[in-house]
Amino acid sequence: MHRVPVLKIGDLLLVSIQVDMEDQTALALQQDLSDRIVQSGCHGVIIDITAMDIVDSFVGRMLSTIAAIARVLDAETVVVGMRPAVAITLVELGLSLNGIRTALNVERGMELLARSRQDDADHVRGSDSDTAWMLALGPDPDHPTATAS
Amino acid sequence: MTGRPDLSTPQVVTINSDADVVRVRQLVRTAAVAVSLSLVDQTKLVTAASELARNTLVYGGGGGAEVGVVDSGRRKGIRIVFSDEGPGIANLELALTDGYTSGGGLGLGLGGARRLVDEFEVQTGTGQGTRVTITKWARSM
Ligand SMILES: Nc1ncnc2c1ncn2[C@@H]1O[C@H](COP(=O)(O)OP(=O)(O)O)[C@@H](O)[C@H]1O
Ligand SMILES: [Mg+2]
Repeated sequence: MHRVPVLKIGDLLLVSIQVDMEDQTALALQQDLSDRIVQSGCHGVIIDITAMDIVDSFVGRMLSTIAAIARVLDAETVVVGMRPAVAITLVELGLSLNGIRTALNVERGMELLARSRQDDADHVRGSDSDTAWMLALGPDPDHPTATAS
Repeated sequence: MTGRPDLSTPQVVTINSDADVVRVRQLVRTAAVAVSLSLVDQTKLVTAASELARNTLVYGGGGGAEVGVVDSGRRKGIRIVFSDEGPGIANLELALTDGYTSGGGLGLGLGGARRLVDEFEVQTGTGQGTRVTITKWARSM
Protein backbone atom coordinates (compact mmCIF):
# COMPACT_ATOMS: atom_id res chain seq x y z
CA MET A 1 0.00 0.00 0.00
CA HIS A 2 1.18 3.48 -0.88
CA ARG A 3 1.61 5.95 2.00
CA VAL A 4 1.05 9.66 1.48
CA PRO A 5 4.02 11.67 2.84
CA VAL A 6 3.47 14.34 5.49
CA LEU A 7 5.95 17.24 5.26
CA LYS A 8 6.76 19.72 7.99
CA ILE A 9 7.28 23.23 6.67
CA GLY A 10 7.96 25.78 9.37
CA ASP A 11 5.18 25.33 11.88
CA LEU A 12 2.83 23.72 9.38
CA LEU A 13 2.24 20.20 8.18
CA LEU A 14 1.73 19.88 4.44
CA VAL A 15 0.14 16.90 2.75
CA SER A 16 -0.02 16.77 -1.00
CA ILE A 17 -2.12 13.89 -2.28
CA GLN A 18 -0.61 12.79 -5.57
CA VAL A 19 -2.10 9.35 -6.13
CA ASP A 20 -5.53 7.85 -6.64
CA MET A 21 -5.75 6.67 -3.03
CA GLU A 22 -6.98 3.30 -1.99
CA ASP A 23 -9.30 3.51 1.01
CA GLN A 24 -6.62 1.96 3.23
CA THR A 25 -4.19 4.68 2.14
CA ALA A 26 -6.69 7.34 3.15
CA LEU A 27 -7.17 5.74 6.57
CA ALA A 28 -3.41 5.48 7.07
CA LEU A 29 -3.03 9.17 6.22
CA GLN A 30 -5.62 10.04 8.86
CA GLN A 31 -3.58 8.13 11.45
CA ASP A 32 -0.19 9.48 10.28
CA LEU A 33 -1.38 13.07 10.37
CA SER A 34 -2.78 12.73 13.88
CA ASP A 35 0.54 11.32 15.07
CA ARG A 36 2.52 14.06 13.34
CA ILE A 37 0.37 16.85 14.80
CA VAL A 38 1.12 15.59 18.29
CA GLN A 39 4.83 14.91 17.61
CA SER A 40 5.51 18.24 15.93
CA GLY A 41 3.25 20.51 17.96
CA CYS A 42 2.21 22.13 14.70
CA HIS A 43 -0.92 24.26 14.78
CA GLY A 44 -1.73 24.18 11.09
CA VAL A 45 -2.34 21.48 8.50
CA ILE A 46 -2.62 22.07 4.77
CA ILE A 47 -4.01 19.30 2.59
CA ASP A 48 -3.36 19.93 -1.08
CA ILE A 49 -5.83 18.11 -3.33
CA THR A 50 -4.84 19.82 -6.58
CA ALA A 51 -3.97 16.46 -8.14
CA MET A 52 -7.20 14.73 -7.08
CA ASP A 53 -9.64 14.32 -9.94
CA ILE A 54 -12.45 13.11 -7.72
CA VAL A 55 -13.42 13.31 -4.06
CA ASP A 56 -16.01 10.72 -3.12
CA SER A 57 -17.82 10.26 0.20
CA PHE A 58 -15.01 8.13 1.62
CA VAL A 59 -12.31 10.72 0.99
CA GLY A 60 -14.72 13.50 1.99
CA ARG A 61 -15.29 11.80 5.30
CA MET A 62 -11.53 11.38 5.75
CA LEU A 63 -11.03 15.13 5.23
CA SER A 64 -13.76 15.98 7.75
CA THR A 65 -12.34 13.51 10.26
CA ILE A 66 -8.81 14.88 9.90
CA ALA A 67 -10.11 18.40 10.47
CA ALA A 68 -12.03 17.30 13.55
CA ILE A 69 -9.10 15.40 15.04
CA ALA A 70 -6.73 18.29 14.30
CA ARG A 71 -9.07 20.71 16.04
CA VAL A 72 -9.08 18.59 19.18
CA LEU A 73 -5.28 18.60 19.00
CA ASP A 74 -5.25 22.42 18.71
CA ALA A 75 -4.45 22.53 15.01
CA GLU A 76 -6.40 23.98 12.15
CA THR A 77 -6.86 22.31 8.75
CA VAL A 78 -7.19 23.96 5.37
CA VAL A 79 -7.93 21.98 2.23
CA VAL A 80 -6.48 23.67 -0.83
CA GLY A 81 -6.57 23.21 -4.60
CA MET A 82 -10.01 21.70 -5.10
CA ARG A 83 -10.81 21.57 -8.80
CA PRO A 84 -14.07 23.23 -9.93
CA ALA A 85 -15.44 19.95 -11.36
CA VAL A 86 -14.75 18.26 -8.03
CA ALA A 87 -16.52 21.04 -6.12
CA ILE A 88 -19.58 20.80 -8.40
CA THR A 89 -19.70 17.02 -7.99
CA LEU A 90 -19.32 17.18 -4.21
CA VAL A 91 -22.33 19.45 -3.90
CA GLU A 92 -24.47 17.14 -6.02
CA LEU A 93 -23.24 14.12 -4.12
CA GLY A 94 -24.54 15.84 -0.99
CA LEU A 95 -21.23 16.11 0.80
CA SER A 96 -20.99 19.24 2.91
CA LEU A 97 -17.34 18.90 4.05
CA ASN A 98 -18.43 19.92 7.52
CA GLY A 99 -16.11 22.25 9.35
CA ILE A 100 -13.45 22.21 6.66
CA ARG A 101 -11.79 25.45 5.66
CA THR A 102 -10.73 25.74 2.06
CA ALA A 103 -8.41 28.01 0.10
CA LEU A 104 -7.47 28.32 -3.55
CA ASN A 105 -3.87 27.16 -3.26
CA VAL A 106 -1.11 26.39 -0.77
CA GLU A 107 -0.01 30.02 -0.51
CA ARG A 108 -3.53 31.24 0.29
CA GLY A 109 -3.92 28.38 2.73
CA MET A 110 -0.78 29.48 4.55
CA GLU A 111 -2.09 33.04 4.72
CA LEU A 112 -5.38 31.82 6.10
CA LEU A 113 -3.69 29.78 8.82
CA ALA A 114 -1.33 32.62 9.75
CA ARG A 115 -4.25 35.01 10.00
CA SER A 116 -6.40 32.74 12.14
CA ARG A 117 -3.41 32.06 14.42
CA GLN A 118 -3.00 35.81 14.68
CA ASP A 119 -6.65 36.21 15.60
CA ASP A 120 -6.24 33.61 18.31
CA ALA A 121 -3.15 35.38 19.63
CA ASP A 122 -4.97 38.71 19.70
CA HIS A 123 -7.82 37.09 21.48
CA VAL A 124 -5.67 35.56 24.18
CA ARG A 125 -2.99 38.18 24.70
CA GLY A 126 -4.45 41.38 23.36
CA SER A 127 -3.44 42.93 20.06
CA ASP A 128 -0.42 44.75 21.49
CA SER A 129 1.24 41.44 22.31
CA ASP A 130 4.95 41.54 21.60
CA THR A 131 4.86 38.20 19.80
CA ALA A 132 1.79 38.68 17.66
CA TRP A 133 3.84 40.20 14.84
CA MET A 134 5.80 36.98 14.44
CA LEU A 135 2.67 35.01 13.88
CA ALA A 136 1.39 37.62 11.45
CA LEU A 137 4.39 37.06 9.24
CA GLY A 138 3.68 33.38 9.09
CA PRO A 139 6.08 30.73 7.91
CA ASP A 140 8.51 31.65 5.20
CA PRO A 141 8.27 29.09 2.39
CA ASP A 142 11.77 29.99 1.16
CA HIS A 143 13.26 29.17 4.53
CA PRO A 144 11.35 26.18 5.77
CA THR A 145 13.40 25.84 8.95
CA ALA A 146 13.29 29.51 9.91
CA THR A 147 10.21 29.09 12.05
CA ALA A 148 10.68 25.48 13.07
CA SER A 149 9.79 24.88 16.67
CA MET B 1 -3.75 -1.77 -17.04
CA THR B 2 -1.78 -1.84 -20.23
CA GLY B 3 -2.50 0.65 -22.95
CA ARG B 4 -5.95 1.84 -23.89
CA PRO B 5 -8.76 -0.58 -23.15
CA ASP B 6 -10.83 -1.64 -26.12
CA LEU B 7 -14.33 -0.43 -25.36
CA SER B 8 -16.07 -1.88 -28.39
CA THR B 9 -17.02 -4.70 -26.06
CA PRO B 10 -17.77 -4.07 -22.36
CA GLN B 11 -14.78 -4.35 -20.03
CA VAL B 12 -15.17 -6.29 -16.81
CA VAL B 13 -13.33 -5.49 -13.61
CA THR B 14 -13.49 -7.89 -10.70
CA ILE B 15 -14.01 -6.07 -7.41
CA ASN B 16 -12.37 -7.87 -4.53
CA SER B 17 -10.08 -5.27 -2.96
CA ASP B 18 -9.45 -1.55 -2.46
CA ALA B 19 -7.08 -1.69 -5.41
CA ASP B 20 -9.90 -2.98 -7.62
CA VAL B 21 -12.01 0.05 -6.67
CA VAL B 22 -9.16 2.26 -7.91
CA ARG B 23 -9.05 0.19 -11.11
CA VAL B 24 -12.78 0.74 -11.69
CA ARG B 25 -12.31 4.50 -11.30
CA GLN B 26 -9.48 4.49 -13.82
CA LEU B 27 -11.30 2.40 -16.40
CA VAL B 28 -14.44 4.54 -16.08
CA ARG B 29 -12.36 7.70 -16.53
CA THR B 30 -10.79 6.30 -19.71
CA ALA B 31 -14.20 5.28 -21.05
CA ALA B 32 -15.74 8.68 -20.22
CA VAL B 33 -12.94 10.46 -22.06
CA ALA B 34 -13.37 8.10 -25.03
CA VAL B 35 -17.00 9.15 -25.57
CA SER B 36 -16.17 12.81 -24.96
CA LEU B 37 -18.09 13.40 -21.76
CA SER B 38 -17.45 16.92 -20.48
CA LEU B 39 -14.94 17.24 -17.64
CA VAL B 40 -17.71 17.81 -15.11
CA ASP B 41 -19.68 14.81 -16.40
CA GLN B 42 -16.54 12.65 -16.31
CA THR B 43 -16.01 13.70 -12.71
CA LYS B 44 -19.62 12.94 -11.79
CA LEU B 45 -19.55 9.52 -13.44
CA VAL B 46 -16.23 8.49 -11.90
CA THR B 47 -17.42 9.64 -8.48
CA ALA B 48 -20.67 7.67 -8.80
CA ALA B 49 -18.69 4.61 -9.96
CA SER B 50 -16.34 4.93 -7.01
CA GLU B 51 -19.28 4.93 -4.58
CA LEU B 52 -20.95 1.93 -6.20
CA ALA B 53 -17.73 -0.07 -6.55
CA ARG B 54 -17.05 0.45 -2.85
CA ASN B 55 -20.58 -0.70 -2.00
CA THR B 56 -20.05 -3.81 -4.14
CA LEU B 57 -16.88 -4.55 -2.16
CA VAL B 58 -18.00 -3.61 1.34
CA TYR B 59 -21.67 -4.64 1.40
CA GLY B 60 -21.85 -7.05 -1.51
CA GLY B 61 -18.77 -8.94 -0.37
CA GLY B 62 -17.15 -8.38 -3.75
CA GLY B 63 -18.40 -8.70 -7.30
CA GLY B 64 -17.74 -6.94 -10.54
CA ALA B 65 -18.22 -3.90 -12.71
CA GLU B 66 -18.92 -4.05 -16.42
CA VAL B 67 -18.10 -0.85 -18.27
CA GLY B 68 -19.37 -0.33 -21.79
CA VAL B 69 -20.20 2.27 -24.41
CA VAL B 70 -23.84 2.81 -25.36
CA ASP B 71 -24.99 4.58 -28.48
CA SER B 72 -28.51 5.94 -28.94
CA GLY B 73 -27.80 6.91 -32.54
CA ARG B 74 -27.95 10.55 -31.49
CA ARG B 75 -25.30 10.42 -28.79
CA LYS B 76 -22.94 8.18 -26.94
CA GLY B 77 -22.71 7.38 -23.31
CA ILE B 78 -21.19 5.06 -20.74
CA ARG B 79 -23.15 2.33 -19.02
CA ILE B 80 -21.77 0.53 -15.99
CA VAL B 81 -23.29 -2.49 -14.30
CA PHE B 82 -22.17 -3.28 -10.75
CA SER B 83 -23.16 -6.69 -9.55
CA ASP B 84 -22.61 -8.84 -6.51
CA GLU B 85 -24.08 -11.94 -4.96
CA GLY B 86 -24.15 -10.53 -1.45
CA PRO B 87 -27.08 -10.27 0.97
CA GLY B 88 -29.03 -7.83 -1.22
CA ILE B 89 -30.84 -4.74 0.01
CA ALA B 90 -34.01 -5.43 1.97
CA ASN B 91 -35.33 -1.89 1.93
CA LEU B 92 -34.13 -0.03 -1.15
CA GLU B 93 -36.08 3.14 -0.38
CA LEU B 94 -34.31 3.38 2.97
CA ALA B 95 -30.90 2.56 1.48
CA LEU B 96 -31.35 5.40 -1.03
CA THR B 97 -32.12 7.90 1.71
CA ASP B 98 -29.31 10.41 2.24
CA GLY B 99 -27.56 9.72 5.50
CA TYR B 100 -28.72 6.11 5.86
CA THR B 101 -25.89 3.66 6.40
CA SER B 102 -25.83 0.18 7.88
CA GLY B 103 -22.04 0.41 8.11
CA GLY B 104 -19.95 3.36 9.21
CA GLY B 105 -20.35 5.39 6.05
CA LEU B 106 -21.93 8.75 5.37
CA GLY B 107 -24.90 7.15 3.67
CA LEU B 108 -24.46 9.24 0.53
CA GLY B 109 -23.22 6.61 -1.92
CA LEU B 110 -26.43 5.28 -3.40
CA GLY B 111 -28.48 8.48 -3.27
CA GLY B 112 -25.52 10.55 -4.41
CA ALA B 113 -24.71 8.21 -7.29
CA ARG B 114 -28.33 8.43 -8.45
CA ARG B 115 -28.09 12.23 -8.59
CA LEU B 116 -24.78 12.17 -10.46
CA VAL B 117 -25.89 10.09 -13.45
CA ASP B 118 -28.65 10.25 -16.09
CA GLU B 119 -30.08 6.78 -15.57
CA PHE B 120 -30.00 4.72 -12.40
CA GLU B 121 -31.55 1.32 -11.82
CA VAL B 122 -31.26 -1.16 -8.97
CA GLN B 123 -32.28 -4.80 -8.92
CA THR B 124 -31.99 -6.27 -5.47
CA GLY B 125 -33.81 -8.05 -2.68
CA THR B 126 -32.98 -10.07 0.39
CA GLY B 127 -30.80 -12.98 -0.65
CA GLN B 128 -30.79 -11.94 -4.30
CA GLY B 129 -27.55 -10.00 -4.51
CA THR B 130 -27.48 -6.50 -5.93
CA ARG B 131 -27.20 -5.16 -9.45
CA VAL B 132 -26.90 -1.42 -10.00
CA THR B 133 -26.90 -0.05 -13.56
CA ILE B 134 -25.93 3.54 -14.27
CA THR B 135 -25.71 5.46 -17.54
CA LYS B 136 -24.29 8.87 -18.33
CA TRP B 137 -24.84 10.38 -21.78
CA ALA B 138 -22.58 12.80 -23.57
CA ARG B 139 -24.35 16.10 -24.15
CA SER B 140 -25.53 16.08 -27.76
CA MET B 141 -23.91 18.70 -29.96
N1 LIG C 1 -24.25 -3.85 -2.92
C1 LIG C 1 -24.92 -3.77 -1.77
N2 LIG C 1 -25.31 -4.89 -1.10
C2 LIG C 1 -25.97 -4.83 0.06
N3 LIG C 1 -26.31 -3.67 0.67
C3 LIG C 1 -25.95 -2.51 0.07
C4 LIG C 1 -25.24 -2.50 -1.17
N4 LIG C 1 -25.04 -1.20 -1.53
C5 LIG C 1 -25.60 -0.47 -0.55
N5 LIG C 1 -26.14 -1.22 0.41
C6 LIG C 1 -26.86 -0.75 1.61
O1 LIG C 1 -27.28 0.57 1.41
C7 LIG C 1 -26.75 1.41 2.45
C8 LIG C 1 -26.48 2.79 1.91
O2 LIG C 1 -25.41 2.77 0.99
P1 LIG C 1 -24.63 4.12 0.69
O3 LIG C 1 -25.64 5.16 0.33
O4 LIG C 1 -23.56 3.84 -0.28
O5 LIG C 1 -24.04 4.54 2.09
P2 LIG C 1 -22.77 3.94 2.90
O6 LIG C 1 -21.90 3.22 1.94
O7 LIG C 1 -22.13 5.16 3.47
O8 LIG C 1 -23.34 3.05 3.96
C9 LIG C 1 -25.52 0.71 2.95
O9 LIG C 1 -25.19 1.09 4.26
C10 LIG C 1 -25.97 -0.76 2.85
O10 LIG C 1 -26.78 -1.10 3.94
MG1 LIG D 1 -21.49 3.53 0.02
